[in-house]
Amino acid sequence: MDNLENIAKEIRRDVIEMIFTAGSGHPGGSLSEIEILTALYFRIMKHDPENPAWSDRDRFILSKGHASPGFYAVLSKRGYFPRDEMWTFRKLGSRLQGHAHTGTPGVEMNSGSLGQGLSFAVGVALAANVDKKDYRVYALLGDGECDEGQIWEAAMSAAHYNLGNLTAFVDRNRIQNDRFTSEVMRLEPLAEKWSAFGWKVLEVDGHNIGQVLDAASAARNTRGCPTVIIAHTVKGKGVSFMENNPDFHGRAPNKDEYERALKELA
Amino acid sequence: MVTAFTTASTRQTFGETLVELGRENQDIVVLGGDLNKSTFANLFGREFPERFFDFGPAEQNIMGVAAGLAASRKSPFVTTFAVFGSCRPFDQIRVSIAQPHLNVKIVCTHAGIITGEDGMSAHSIEDLALMCSLPGFTVLAPADAVETVRAIRAAAETPGPFYIRLYRPATPIVHQDNGYDFKIGKAELMRRGKNDDVTIIAVGVGVSSSLQAASALAEEGTSCRVVNMHTLRPVDEGAILEAAKETGAIVTVEEHYIHGGLGSIVAQALGKGHPVPLEMVALDRYAESGTAEELLEKYHLTPEYIGKAVKAALARK
Repeated sequence: MDNLENIAKEIRRDVIEMIFTAGSGHPGGSLSEIEILTALYFRIMKHDPENPAWSDRDRFILSKGHASPGFYAVLSKRGYFPRDEMWTFRKLGSRLQGHAHTGTPGVEMNSGSLGQGLSFAVGVALAANVDKKDYRVYALLGDGECDEGQIWEAAMSAAHYNLGNLTAFVDRNRIQNDRFTSEVMRLEPLAEKWSAFGWKVLEVDGHNIGQVLDAASAARNTRGCPTVIIAHTVKGKGVSFMENNPDFHGRAPNKDEYERALKELA
Repeated sequence: MVTAFTTASTRQTFGETLVELGRENQDIVVLGGDLNKSTFANLFGREFPERFFDFGPAEQNIMGVAAGLAASRKSPFVTTFAVFGSCRPFDQIRVSIAQPHLNVKIVCTHAGIITGEDGMSAHSIEDLALMCSLPGFTVLAPADAVETVRAIRAAAETPGPFYIRLYRPATPIVHQDNGYDFKIGKAELMRRGKNDDVTIIAVGVGVSSSLQAASALAEEGTSCRVVNMHTLRPVDEGAILEAAKETGAIVTVEEHYIHGGLGSIVAQALGKGHPVPLEMVALDRYAESGTAEELLEKYHLTPEYIGKAVKAALARK
């Protein structure tokens, strides 16, 4: 576990470095998702960085596509593409686009328009059933993203088709683009909403890797219905002045902020 | 004198073709949105329940699920009405299907105003404009049930995203069942004389009404070439330019809004390659409830109005 926590810290530094180098990007939601992604890619998922198209792999779908820096940093750390490529993020000709897309090794779907990833995940999970394969499907949603009606269309259909092979994480960092989620559009009671839609609901501290691993095991052992893991997180986690600060949803740190952030993450 | 046609249902033909394809190809899966009796997708559902998924009227979700299935090497066919399979989930089609260029076939019935009595919300008159605006999409609008079989089969055999536009009512048959060689992106010459004065380029049910108009005009001494532009994207620019060069005037006929559909596509090709007088027979506004025949008459899409457009084009030559 110590090892995973160290990896998570290194990934946070890469996120800051990537967004500072690019001069734009979304640090807040990238920093809040790191433990979830680290747990998935370093422990939970069956996958092969040497063969991203392996047909029996578990699938991960980043629905909150703006949080691509956190995702790219994890993929690179896991060996999907060289470390140096991270510094091409958002630059012309790069495989690392502003929002996640399938041109990046290890990325399953295009995103950037909110609300679409869970439907895609439902399709992948249905395909597993049609093909009688036992791979699992994971999706990561933002909490602000749950304002999108399509999320709930997808949620209803996942329960209707008894997709026990599907697990969704909600990165409940309580901040969306403009402001706090409670100010923009009230989501609570969020757990009850998912439960009412027919999902098994688990809640964890999204920065506690042990809790994330335990919840993922519980999801794996659930039959007949999809599981949502509401991961309570801190937007901008790990950098004091980014934490709980809506200003860092979608802007890069300046030089001074960049240096202070790396010092805090040392 | 007006040519009489027998009629057949493009949507029923589609449903039957889908069942045949399902027998031939285990990867075909079908997604519907609570309109499966109307689209005849229920025929597939009855025979292959394990490969048939209904999502209710939740078209945004349907497009995303289809994308996930296609990314998992299934061959999904999405079926619903044209308004619900183009306008309603357009961003989902754009981001989840067009941008990653996934192998999703969207086959929509109930296109155009001949859907009739349900009124303007049910009249899909923007779908061709929307779907032709998506890079990498192939857009087909068969002229009749015979061509529908070919179009559906060609789509199933060709990787990549497709939109196929079908109708609610039975529509005139303009093809012989045997020996019609349909090719995506290759316009079909339906009628040709020695010295044609004008070319009518038509799509969908516009083809039969254009053939009727051409027959009537022939009796008055005007010779019309008629081209069936069943593929809107990628459009057969060669056929458009050849017609422009050989006949010197073009009339387009479509049961769609005048902006963004066949007329606009033909105008773009002519402007680039060989400008000639162009008249467009198309809708210039939203329509209303009524029978198909009443609507075609009121909104000027009948053979008579095609004849007027031909004369207008000839006058500008």
